[in-house]
Amino acid sequence: MSSQTFFSTSVGAGATTLDVSLGPQHPSTHGVFRMNVRLDGETVVALQPVFGYLHRNHEKIAEGNSWLASMPYTDRLDYICSGTNNWAYARAVEVLAGIEVPERAEYLRVIVGELTRLQNHTAFLGFMLGDLGGWGSALMYGFREREKILNFFEELTGARMMLNYMRFGGVRCDAPAGWLGRVKEYLATYPAFLDEMEKFLVGNEILLSRLQGVGVLSAERAINAGLSGPVLRASGVDYDIRKVDGYGVYPKLKFRVPRGEVGDCYDRFMLRILEARETLKILSQALEQIPEGPIQNPAVKNRMFKPAAGEAYGRIECPKGELGFHLVSDGTEKPYRYHVRPPSLINLTLLEEMCLGSKIADVIVILGSIDIVLGEVDR
Amino acid sequence: MTDEALKSELEKRGIFVTSLEDLYNWGRKNSLWPMQFGLACCAIEMIAAAAARFDMARFGAEVFRPSPRQADLMLVAGTVTKKMAPLVVRLYNQMPEPKYVIAMGACAISGGPFKEGYNVLKGIDRYIPVDVYIPGCPPRPEALLEGLITLQKKIEKQRLFGKTLPRHADPEAPTSYPVPAYGPHDLEPAYNPKVFCPPCPNTRE
Repeated sequence: MSSQTFFSTSVGAGATTLDVSLGPQHPSTHGVFRMNVRLDGETVVALQPVFGYLHRNHEKIAEGNSWLASMPYTDRLDYICSGTNNWAYARAVEVLAGIEVPERAEYLRVIVGELTRLQNHTAFLGFMLGDLGGWGSALMYGFREREKILNFFEELTGARMMLNYMRFGGVRCDAPAGWLGRVKEYLATYPAFLDEMEKFLVGNEILLSRLQGVGVLSAERAINAGLSGPVLRASGVDYDIRKVDGYGVYPKLKFRVPRGEVGDCYDRFMLRILEARETLKILSQALEQIPEGPIQNPAVKNRMFKPAAGEAYGRIECPKGELGFHLVSDGTEKPYRYHVRPPSLINLTLLEEMCLGSKIADVIVILGSIDIVLGEVDR
Repeated sequence: MTDEALKSELEKRGIFVTSLEDLYNWGRKNSLWPMQFGLACCAIEMIAAAAARFDMARFGAEVFRPSPRQADLMLVAGTVTKKMAPLVVRLYNQMPEPKYVIAMGACAISGGPFKEGYNVLKGIDRYIPVDVYIPGCPPRPEALLEGLITLQKKIEKQRLFGKTLPRHADPEAPTSYPVPAYGPHDLEPAYNPKVFCPPCPNTRE
């Protein structure tokens, strides 16, 4: 190893630590994230994340765009879950301008949002197993199932990944004829996939020894660092914005919020499986209850949208946690300030604390269990 | 080069005649090993193309290598930021010849929707030679497969002897390109004049 060091503290002469730069090109494929790790043997004694390799000026570009023109950019924040990103931005603008959303649109949002959560957790299972070293098989199964959900997105919005579906005061287009029925038919087959994954994974000796007791995070630390989403709930905190804020039509839907006990990687892994099961319940209720009616508030002009001066924060529960937009309007057709509160970035806050004392191979697993997407971390 | 009628007559008798070039190119084009390296959104579509439904293995390009030393093909899948660009060029330099580059998606081609961004490189072709461009934001997996087939056709036509040599067979052509440095405002140099020439200014009145 060269004398180059990443850390401000220097190692004394005769020290046996090794500084390793993990990333930004790294096969664990969470994008271009980089960690500088100081190792004593194989044990991590210091870890420093390096951000910005995918900083593509989302917030600055949004300040120069009209309000609506930022909607497709939000797709590219957390590019696996574009449906919920749209929703968070639309909701922030609706809070800012006090817009009512018709009930059918709210149900369509729930259906798209929960399908997004389902496909995110499906892909997560594949990526997580990849991080554990089982590269290939689980990812193939996960992506096979994800493709079926993407087909529904494509039929509804015309795009597989970048939905650009929500509008201020509604959604862009209504569900095509028979779409809701086909989603329902598909969802009846999904539990079989989840059961199969659970059967092969949950009792697996290798998986248990690699995940249990690794990267333990206490509830207190998780709350203090502002973590959200499955990472927070895996530490045993009952905090789900769908319940806390009760936005949209979630108060009308019955579902439970799964929680972990230990807060280790295994809890974070299992929590996604349990959440996917709850998501199925939400979807089946939403597909039953969805009323006929308009899908867009006719009083809102999305083009040349000019909210009154003011500021607002709107947030929703994304598959990865709390995604919020803080918007400041000066009454013009462009936002004065547009700030994103991405769950992936905030959830990385305690990465070093979770990794200290672990082996280097566990760092990849811990990072995988947080479920980050670099589009959102660096924006 | 070969007499097609004679060739087909011989093939009927179980004799296969080919040229060294054709055999070499046939082998190369059907076993491209891409580098496992994703930058942004397009990487997810790249994984989808490699996964069960689109199955890039049908075209011989499923062996994603985590190390540039083992890869033939660099799929630049996603937005290249100015912070990332030197590393992409360095990864390209570390790949052994013959090597190919596919610029996947609007961002890798030109900066795409993020072109206005102060930290976004306006196309990876400013620093390294690109063989195939795949437009789209992100391109569908089918588009990536189409790009791969286009590259295969390109490889098929490359001559090993004669005057018009491809880059990797030309002793004069460089195998590595200068890595840009982080400057105070921009990457230095802003582009490599040997591989990229900025668009001509509009001189029409």
